[in-house]
Amino acid sequence: MGKQDLPAEVSASAYNYPDALGHFGPYGGVFVAETLIAALDELREAYDSLKDDPAFRAEYAYELKHYVGRPSPVYHARRLSEHCGGAQIYLKREDLNHTGAHKINNVIGQAMVAKHMGKPRVIAETGAGQHGVATATIAARLGMECVVYMGSEDVKRQAANVYRMKLLGATVVPVECGSKTLKDALNEAMRDWVTNVANTFYIIGTVAGPHPYPMMVRDFQKIIGEECLWQMPEMIQRQPDAVVACVGGGSNAMGIFYPYIPYPNVRLIGVEAGGHGVATGQHSASLTAGRPGVLHGNRTYLLQDENGQIIETHSVSAGLDYPGVGPEHAWLKDTGRAEYVTINDDEALAAFHRMCRTEGIIPALESSHAVAYAMKLAADMPKDAAILVNLSGRGDKDMHTVAEKSGIQF
Amino acid sequence: MSRIASTLSALESAGRKALIPFITAGDPDLSVTVPLMHALVESGVDIIELGVPFSDPMADGPTIQRSSERALVKKVSLRNVIQVVAEFRKTDARTPVVLMGYANPIEAMGVDAFADAASKAGADGVLVVDYPPEESHDFAAKVRAVGLDVIFLIAPTSTEKRIRAVGEIGSGYIYYVSLKGVTGAGHLDVSEVSRRIPAIREAVGMPVGVGFGIRDGASAKALSAVADGVVIGSRIIEEIENSPADQVIPRVKALVGSIRQAMDSQEVTA
Repeated sequence: MGKQDLPAEVSASAYNYPDALGHFGPYGGVFVAETLIAALDELREAYDSLKDDPAFRAEYAYELKHYVGRPSPVYHARRLSEHCGGAQIYLKREDLNHTGAHKINNVIGQAMVAKHMGKPRVIAETGAGQHGVATATIAARLGMECVVYMGSEDVKRQAANVYRMKLLGATVVPVECGSKTLKDALNEAMRDWVTNVANTFYIIGTVAGPHPYPMMVRDFQKIIGEECLWQMPEMIQRQPDAVVACVGGGSNAMGIFYPYIPYPNVRLIGVEAGGHGVATGQHSASLTAGRPGVLHGNRTYLLQDENGQIIETHSVSAGLDYPGVGPEHAWLKDTGRAEYVTINDDEALAAFHRMCRTEGIIPALESSHAVAYAMKLAADMPKDAAILVNLSGRGDKDMHTVAEKSGIQF
Repeated sequence: MSRIASTLSALESAGRKALIPFITAGDPDLSVTVPLMHALVESGVDIIELGVPFSDPMADGPTIQRSSERALVKKVSLRNVIQVVAEFRKTDARTPVVLMGYANPIEAMGVDAFADAASKAGADGVLVVDYPPEESHDFAAKVRAVGLDVIFLIAPTSTEKRIRAVGEIGSGYIYYVSLKGVTGAGHLDVSEVSRRIPAIREAVGMPVGVGFGIRDGASAKALSAVADGVVIGSRIIEEIENSPADQVIPRVKALVGSIRQAMDSQEVTA
């Protein structure tokens, strides 16, 4: 397999975001208390000096190949495509990565930055536990101390992942503040960081937070799309007509979208969690139903009430259950380069079951949202059209949720 | 001269230091906030920092977060907090009030509408925790245009360059965060703070208030030897949290009165 030269369809117009202060148009930035500024400056300087360093890049590439198992394959889901009766659906198999999702790509990169900065302790926030497990994994791999903050509600719901993190040597701290879920875990991790910044690196799990996080996490995830750029032509002699990915915070979507931004003929479609339906108010569709505001260090679309308080979100998939979204997605939405749609809990569950039965692949509930939308889209497209779906994670972690929804008790 | 500047300058002439309490509007209930503010003034405070509750107070510790949560259970909004200031102003034309909170409630209301309403209500300053100078040029200009001071934080980790930048964009006073961490933490190093304050005051050219980690008369007294004012938040909130409803005001009054006394006694011995 060899990387191919960029084809002529690539637009010459340069997409060059964020700016030096981390802005994607009006979004992003550094909205934090002064107490965090020095830590972010230190991180930005370290990352700037490492990101193009050949030795660092070689080390990162080595880890991705030998520890994660990259490149992840692109797979033609023939039976699923036939079932839909239209376009061909291709799956980017991030579910086959070590630890079972795309999260590891980013965590390895950040842990390597931490190591280069001489920080022996890493902390992370986690919702469903996937980012926490990935962080605990890398901390074990690199011999670092690891503390994971997790809302106490999520600790109860995700007992298996809590145990996984403990097996890997991490300390899991249940967070009792606020709604006791992901956003509160993020607040608590920030507090830890501001208090222990001298020896601690905060590994954020998605393309959100203050600059440089949205850019740095995107850079560590863009390997997903970069591989697709040469894998798709190998498979179908061209790029796909559409790329579809689920969006919570948005790291897997940014990872596959980013390299495709200069390809104007490739539609980029982000799928948000519609929960019980956007009209019910019980969803996590920040871009579809939110308004711009400031949370967790960046300006972006937020689910908030009329007084600017952040509201509780809902999704059957814990990984999409977040009231904000990465600022670069906000910018891609406003500029029209990407489209954002929603898939409800029921539609995601139906796609989950269909994928299991037609392809022998158990997808994560997060990724099932992308699959569900791709199935709808495929039905309206000709048979020679191609849709590339980021299958961001495997569904083993979701057995309990799916069984419960089907009325089955273990 | 703004009400904040004239208050601080009168204190300086008198050789006294500012005592600046922080309370969250609407904790435990909106009906308590205005009487509590008057009680604080009776206990000898000079400026009141009035917290605007927010669902995700990232820079605060658990005590102030719980305080915000209690107010949010009562649906206290930024507009309610501004009404509290207007109510307080009816009977106190002298004590400056600084609105302190996070950016999102202000952006949700709209910066222009906020500046207009806060100024009409008689607020004197605003401190937005998650608006560092780089992100607040437009905001600061709009708020200053209606006569409000824009107060910024400086941390132990702030570089000289940043301190000067804050001096240029800020007004009223500077709030020096006296420790690395969040509000209500316990590891305050008084000698370290004392060492840094003179240079900071010199660089920003305005009075320096010190906060984060001040819990009693002794620490307030020690810091007021070098700072122009001391800010006390979490300790007061704890008193509110731990008092039965009818005891909130007398107990906060007793606590703040004892801190005032400790700070003033220092002037005799100094």
